[in-house]
Amino acid sequence: MKRFGIIALLPILALLGGCNAVVLNPSGDVAWQQRDLVIISTILMLLIIIPVMVLTAVFAWHYRQSNTSARYEPDWDHSTHLELIIWAAPLLIIICLGAVTWMATHLLDPFRPISRTAPGQVVTHTTKPLNVDVVALDWKWLFIYPDYGIATVNEMAAPTDQPINFRISASSVMNAFYVPALAGMVYAMPGMQTQLHAVINKPGTYKGFSANYSGAGFSDMRFDFLGMDSAGFEKWVSDVKASGGGTLGRTEYLELERPSESVPVKKYASVDPNLFNLIVNMCVQPGKMCMHEMAAIDAKGGLGLAGVYNVLPLEYDKYERRGSDPVVKRSYVASVCTTSAPMGMDVRAADATPADSTPLVGAGLPKPVSLFQSFAQKPSNS
Amino acid sequence: MFENFDLQKAIFGRLTLESIPYHEPILVMTFIGVAIGGAVVLGAITYFKLWGYLWREWFTSVDHKRIGAMYIILGLVMLLRGFADAIMMRAQQAVAFNGNEGYLPAHHFDQIFTAHGVIMIFFVAMPLVTGLMNFVVPLQIGARDVAFPFLNNFSFWMTVAGAMLVMASLFVGEFARTGWLAYPPLSDYAYSPDVGVDYYIWALQVAGVGTLLSGVNLIATIVKMRCPGMTMMRMPVFTWTALCTNILIVAAFPVLTGVLALLSMDRYVGTNFFTNDFGGNPMMYVNLIWIWGHPEVYILVLPVFGVFSEVTATFSGKKLFGYTSMVYATVVITILSYLVWLHHFFTMGSGASVNSFFGITTMIISIPTGAKMFNWLFTMYRGRIRFELPMMWTLAFMLTFVIGGMTGVLLAVPPADFVLHNSLFLIAHFHNVIIGGVVFGSFAGISYWFPKVTGFKLDPFWGKMSFWFWVIGFYFAFMPLYVLGLMGVTRRLRVFDDPSLQIWFVIAAFGAFLIALGIGSFLVQLAVSIKNREKLRDLTGDPWNGRTLEWSTSSPPPVYNFAFTPVVYDNDAWWDMKQHGYKRPMEGFKPIHMPSNTGAGIILAGLSAVTAFALIWYIWWLAALGFVSLIATAIGHTFNYHRSFNIPREQIVETERERSQELLQAAGA
Repeated sequence: MKRFGIIALLPILALLGGCNAVVLNPSGDVAWQQRDLVIISTILMLLIIIPVMVLTAVFAWHYRQSNTSARYEPDWDHSTHLELIIWAAPLLIIICLGAVTWMATHLLDPFRPISRTAPGQVVTHTTKPLNVDVVALDWKWLFIYPDYGIATVNEMAAPTDQPINFRISASSVMNAFYVPALAGMVYAMPGMQTQLHAVINKPGTYKGFSANYSGAGFSDMRFDFLGMDSAGFEKWVSDVKASGGGTLGRTEYLELERPSESVPVKKYASVDPNLFNLIVNMCVQPGKMCMHEMAAIDAKGGLGLAGVYNVLPLEYDKYERRGSDPVVKRSYVASVCTTSAPMGMDVRAADATPADSTPLVGAGLPKPVSLFQSFAQKPSNS
Repeated sequence: MFENFDLQKAIFGRLTLESIPYHEPILVMTFIGVAIGGAVVLGAITYFKLWGYLWREWFTSVDHKRIGAMYIILGLVMLLRGFADAIMMRAQQAVAFNGNEGYLPAHHFDQIFTAHGVIMIFFVAMPLVTGLMNFVVPLQIGARDVAFPFLNNFSFWMTVAGAMLVMASLFVGEFARTGWLAYPPLSDYAYSPDVGVDYYIWALQVAGVGTLLSGVNLIATIVKMRCPGMTMMRMPVFTWTALCTNILIVAAFPVLTGVLALLSMDRYVGTNFFTNDFGGNPMMYVNLIWIWGHPEVYILVLPVFGVFSEVTATFSGKKLFGYTSMVYATVVITILSYLVWLHHFFTMGSGASVNSFFGITTMIISIPTGAKMFNWLFTMYRGRIRFELPMMWTLAFMLTFVIGGMTGVLLAVPPADFVLHNSLFLIAHFHNVIIGGVVFGSFAGISYWFPKVTGFKLDPFWGKMSFWFWVIGFYFAFMPLYVLGLMGVTRRLRVFDDPSLQIWFVIAAFGAFLIALGIGSFLVQLAVSIKNREKLRDLTGDPWNGRTLEWSTSSPPPVYNFAFTPVVYDNDAWWDMKQHGYKRPMEGFKPIHMPSNTGAGIILAGLSAVTAFALIWYIWWLAALGFVSLIATAIGHTFNYHRSFNIPREQIVETERERSQELLQAAGA
């Protein structure tokens, strides 16, 4: 299959004139299989596309008006044989392609743990994968290594030939996590967790970025993906630990989460082990009710009428920080029990107002107050 | 000075002087250009005392031919705006390398790509195909107008009102910075508190009413108003595709209206359909918008498939090959287009079985589409092909569209989509099918039916210039994007760090420049044709030796289209009539009952635009006033009893006599 792919690649490579077409020449086994699929599908379709294009040109030329020697049959409009062929030929191609699609989609499902790290290299139950939790923030990437208790921003590393299990989420809007050399993209969505299973086979520095538009700082939302041998990776981990970057706890995360652009690489020597869980459940901010807690309450029958007002601990979007005053002010209950505060918690203490309420500035955010104060900026609530 | 002055907020909502982007030099220059251009046009209309004529004969017209022509003019005007956005993006991406930020800040660039998508789909492609359907369908089925002539006028002006709102966002406030489908959470109030998304929502809601009503109208027209003898299986293929398209419109547009209504409730009254918190789910929006969005693609492309069918048969001088399979292919595409929406977000984490289901249904669409391609091919086979402009566009379509179709099927393979989704490969793909299909088809249709609309042909020299610039420009502009997609470059990026990409963007920008020349040549073609209209005059009404009923009328057709309702015995009704020595009836005319013009449509659309503008800016009193006036005008219009009139017999006799003279003159020449 691989040799077949390489032969088919030749004309395309010639066309590209040696530019770095990473999708056609990736460095990870998953992306490599996806590349093979791109090529096989293209060849299957060219079986019908090329004849059609040639016939179009030939018929157009041969039956031109000035060629009076060509046969002209103005009333010929049906041929059962031809009709059978023109429906059957695309059908046969699609049957082949459909079968390939069904198999490949299941084999290359990003949620499915990989079964090989390279052709012939089967992943056994003794193979220890690397776990990485990815969070798309406005507008940078956070990587948490739960196995090592470290975290980095806008740089991630992985040892070669070891399966990587990604859990992916986001803090505010949708992004897509994409390292073309490694594997296909998966969306990163707030309040949700997606997965990606991949492996990097060749050491090197690869580009990673967001593949789904997410606002003003989107273009600079890039990171380096470092493929390293295992010794190099261990050294990278100890470098992160020795970097003196401090701890990434809930407070630091809330600070990090604020919109910022073109963020340089940051390294955290340790990380709150529960942080990713809190991020997915949208309750990093102390006092917020986690989604799984809300789901548990709802599963027990909900809070009854009081639940209607149980809104403050659930409110997640950073209206005030972004200068977007909510249109409708909500009223809310004063106290509610959560698993972290089983005896009830005064929600007023956990005011949604952030520690620092100065408006955020930067591209894509509302301009600071000027002579003609805009309606969107609310007056100070102190 | 004005802060804390509540009266200002009560009167102007959130509209302030700040909302006028006078600090953006690009917009100021644009505004000056538009203002001067607008002043010249309005001044000229006033100077030549054309207001009354325009109002009586065009703005209030319920004649489907005039409304069709106005749709196409709207589409072409908006094409200039949408293309200006395109060339700005191409220029930005061609220079923003090596630390160069380019000339567009994110705030501006993000509005441009959003506006480009919205304008090109809703206010260029839609008006062009709707205009063609409006003009051609009643003529092809031997009807005198559409089923609901006033509704037709109203639909058109609602589309204009939507376009006006998008244009207003250029100079008052801003447009959405969310991408053309405005995915939440980004488009939610929390992350886009500005007016941009509100402009987006209301422009599409207002225009959507027009589109939906026009869909209802054309379905009723095709189902109920075909002339005697025209059974469903004798309808011209363009009418068939128009029927399927309008069924898609009626079934799909309410979904768009609904999903945008839910989004506006999130934004205006604090509901949580698509928010991150309170159990909202943005993925619902993504599903709903694509349940509209995918059929929309076929709404655009089916009518031009019809155009290509008409053009290929006419210019090959031959019956369309495989009429029946062409019809069934169209119907199959119509149905399947509802079963594929999820392929727009394979990468959102649906399971493998769901992804492969939608991948395979998508591939299945290529079977009827492939059958259509072969049908056109075998229509040319054993034909006598005349390479007039419409046929040139058709051939360019056939060669270009198959490439786009191929890359489309490739993107339908989910694991392949994982590496190509949101990449420039995807951008290249859908421009490949939309330009190669819808745009080429619209130009084919415009050059094909232009003599029917105006009475004279388009100048072939400038048409060919336009054709070659467009076609070559397209390949220069979009083939590099395929390459860039394979290099792992994704869409909507404003700046780049890899200098090896730049050459491809420069080539793409050059392609866009060629397309600009193509658009310019088209405008020159229009001007030259109008100047030389006497030389290009079509007296016969049948300049291409056509096959369907519209060519049996004079060019332009009389207001009543057909003095006698034709009777049809064959698919190619006019061809059949010509073969059997058809003679025009010259006596026995009766007065013809026709609908009267009315200003209600333009007034209702204007009030809708005002209401929408007020809602965008939170000017609640004006929104209420606008809405009440809207309802009052609509009710008031029901008391308008001057709905129709009779064209007197003498006038018909005179019109038909002139037609006979023209035919004699043509025969003598």
